[in-house]
Amino acid sequence: MNADEIQALLDEPACAHNNKGKTGCAKSKPGATQGGCAFDGAQIALLPIADAAHIVHGPIGCSGSSWDVRGTRSSGPDTYRLGMTTDLSDIDVVMGRGEKKLFHAIGQAVERYRPAAVFVYTTCVPALHGDDVAAVAKVAAQRWQIPVVPVDCAGFYGSKSLGNRIAGETLYRHVIGTREPAPARPRPDGLPTHDINLIGEYNIAGEFWRVAPLFDELGLRILCTLSGDARFHEVQTMHRAQANMVVCSKAMLNVARKLQEDYGTPFFEGSFYGVEDTSQALRDLACLVGDADFRVRTEVVISREEGGVAQRLAPFRDRLAGRRALIFSGGVKSWSIVSALQDLGMDVVATGTEKSTEEDRARIRALMGPEARMIGNNDQGALMETCREYGVDILFAGGRYLYPALKSGIPFLDINHERDFGYAGYDGLVELAQHIADVIDNPIWAQLVRKPAWHRRPAMALACA
Amino acid sequence: MAMVHISNKPLTVNPLKVSQPMGATLAVLGLDQAVPLQHGAQGCTAFSKVFFTRHFREPVALQTTAMDQVVTVMGADSSVVEALRTVAELNNPEVIGLMTTGLTETQGADIARTVKEFQRSSPEFMDISVIPINTPDTLGSLESGYARALEAVIEHLVPEGRVAGYRPRQVNVLLSSMLTPGDAEAVRAWVEAFGLRPVMLPDLGGSLDGHFDPAGFSTLSRGGVSRIDVATMGKSVATLAVGPSVFTAADRLKARTGVPDHRFEGLMGLAACDAFTEALAGISGRSVPDRIDRLREQLLDAMVDTHFVLGALRLGVAADPDHLGMLARFLTGVGIHVVAAVASSRAEGLVDLPIEAVVVGDLEDLEARAQAGKAQVLIANSHGADIAERLRIPLLRAGFPLYDIFGGAARKWVGYDGSRQALFDLANLAGAARPEIAPYRSFYGKERPPEMDGHVPVAASGASTLLG
Repeated sequence: MNADEIQALLDEPACAHNNKGKTGCAKSKPGATQGGCAFDGAQIALLPIADAAHIVHGPIGCSGSSWDVRGTRSSGPDTYRLGMTTDLSDIDVVMGRGEKKLFHAIGQAVERYRPAAVFVYTTCVPALHGDDVAAVAKVAAQRWQIPVVPVDCAGFYGSKSLGNRIAGETLYRHVIGTREPAPARPRPDGLPTHDINLIGEYNIAGEFWRVAPLFDELGLRILCTLSGDARFHEVQTMHRAQANMVVCSKAMLNVARKLQEDYGTPFFEGSFYGVEDTSQALRDLACLVGDADFRVRTEVVISREEGGVAQRLAPFRDRLAGRRALIFSGGVKSWSIVSALQDLGMDVVATGTEKSTEEDRARIRALMGPEARMIGNNDQGALMETCREYGVDILFAGGRYLYPALKSGIPFLDINHERDFGYAGYDGLVELAQHIADVIDNPIWAQLVRKPAWHRRPAMALACA
Repeated sequence: MAMVHISNKPLTVNPLKVSQPMGATLAVLGLDQAVPLQHGAQGCTAFSKVFFTRHFREPVALQTTAMDQVVTVMGADSSVVEALRTVAELNNPEVIGLMTTGLTETQGADIARTVKEFQRSSPEFMDISVIPINTPDTLGSLESGYARALEAVIEHLVPEGRVAGYRPRQVNVLLSSMLTPGDAEAVRAWVEAFGLRPVMLPDLGGSLDGHFDPAGFSTLSRGGVSRIDVATMGKSVATLAVGPSVFTAADRLKARTGVPDHRFEGLMGLAACDAFTEALAGISGRSVPDRIDRLREQLLDAMVDTHFVLGALRLGVAADPDHLGMLARFLTGVGIHVVAAVASSRAEGLVDLPIEAVVVGDLEDLEARAQAGKAQVLIANSHGADIAERLRIPLLRAGFPLYDIFGGAARKWVGYDGSRQALFDLANLAGAARPEIAPYRSFYGKERPPEMDGHVPVAASGASTLLG
């Protein structure tokens, strides 16, 4: 990928980051950077396509430490969970054997595991010495009669966000629009079916399955979720949706925008975290695809679900009311989780805005008031300081802040993609409430700060002993 | 405060309780050059021997008075005398622990008097200490039998006097049956870290730790606390009593010697370990070694690391009362909900446990309560394996007997590091068993279109760009 192409990807007109000084796609600062590279971002975005083989073309550093990070779940095939890499050696690099090795690697993956398609991720080393991965993919596709998609995502191209975009761009260029969807199965209740896509929903810990039954009930067929629990053939048909919902992630906004430009598919951004947001998402979908009757049915479902969840949340509201939370997560989560916690009666004292857009900030101000404390700096030490300063009861952040928080004795809940729990939808909020209450009320926190008697004695007493 | 329910079922199903004579037997095995002698029918002893052999994977020194039907009716004192003489002649032990059984207590045997008779009639065996221990299996459990043996050992082997502190670096350690040989070793190291010399009563860490003895097989216990050391317990500077069941033994020891004591309900979890460390620092007058502070910090870190899995975990546990108490305090200290707790026998302290309810009952009670309380993990002895399987939850094995694992008796549960390992093991079991969100399969389906199977070209459907 050349500099112009990277620059073109960084320029995302639908993204509110554009034209702003601070953006999620800003150049990383040497010596003060947290977070993954473009390969990381591309892999995270595409890996949930469950029936595909995902081959990391590069030395072991790229795949060896990143495969089998369980987060996303599949309801069917688990080909995506196989860690596949060409494991380039120094001889491969020196002798220029990378392309040949990749070709045979694709063959081995196809013949042994019979995937629906193969994604090949180009990493730094092959990008640097100039492997023509696209050409290898083309020849391999012909040889084995299977789609082979080259993902040009060398780590040095940029950050994880850029990698997400590369993933979207790759799908748009190579996969979306290459198949027509099968006609929807007629429903026993005779209601019409509307086709939609979810973009940027990763089915972490299977959390989307908490919401999915409502879609079936309403007659919303999800042509494809990009990319949680997705199948390759579903991605191919995404261009036929009546509406797209961009879920809690700016990362693949480019896909939604291009679908709008090329196919006229309207899209909106929403979230399934919290009662308010989940209901709003269903309403927005109803507005884009349905008639008045559909909107009425949607309201009926919403009020039923909200009634049920209010009852189940009541005991947790008592335990959590007034407890102080600090949220430190990028982009959309900086406000979508705020609303979920406020649903629980918690006091959100500050939120991170490192990757947030102006629009995100406006939403934060709307939720938390004009005085909302926003933390733009992603330094771990400073974050722990802020937690202490605000006397927070719990910190919500991504996995890399977990151990710093715990070492500082700060209760913590992981809200990023590595987590093991699903918090989406109405049921997910109950689970989230349960987990927050369990974490905050755990008796270990008091024990952590209590000094043992022999540390409380004056030094003299010990010296005399 | 816990509600204590006595399970009043006529039928005990899947017993948790092990008998008092067996507990006394075990305690005697923690003395050096000793033989336990059970006064009863030979079956009691055979069962005991098999039980402990399987649990420890060690030969177990144990004899019986082998009562038959004549002596059962006519009086079995002669059997006792004969058995003592035979054991003395064949094995030449330092100590014989003579414990009664349900049969002999019902019969009304007075073993104290019979022992005196033996000693009068056999002056050649004057050097052997014969300790009568009353342990009907109609009462109590392994734990109380073990404690009664310690009381009897103190009464018979520790001279009365007021010489406490003559050995300023020596401390007595009375250990409840809940402590494994591995635990006993850990306690020894803990005490020694403060420059103190422990006299452990009993010392299973010295006898049943599972060591390969170059001297070969012996019909006596080998390596427990020696009779000579027990006799010096009155000269110690302090006594440490671990487990409520040995507090009566601590009372006896204090009454006979005046040695001040420190009492601990358990040695698992941060608070319990801190209390023990603090006591040792106080007794020794030494500062806490850096190594212990380090182990403490490691435990704190393990508590933090495992709390996502263990916080609010629902757990069922069955054990002897001391053991149940130690585990319950430890488990609730890290946020675990003990939804089913079964004790093998009654004990005063059960009501003080920081859990909702305790049942005095059997493993059937554990199964029912664990199921009702939706337990996610069980802690029980090896008999819990079938229950765990029926409930489809993992089992952490603890207590007596442990016959289907290796190293059960060598395991160290106590101390900062023992507690830490228990947290890791529980978290690993619980984490692996954590329920996933059930996959939802849409009405509309997501099957691969038939033409994609067998790698038929997808060009026909528009993927021509991929195929060039």
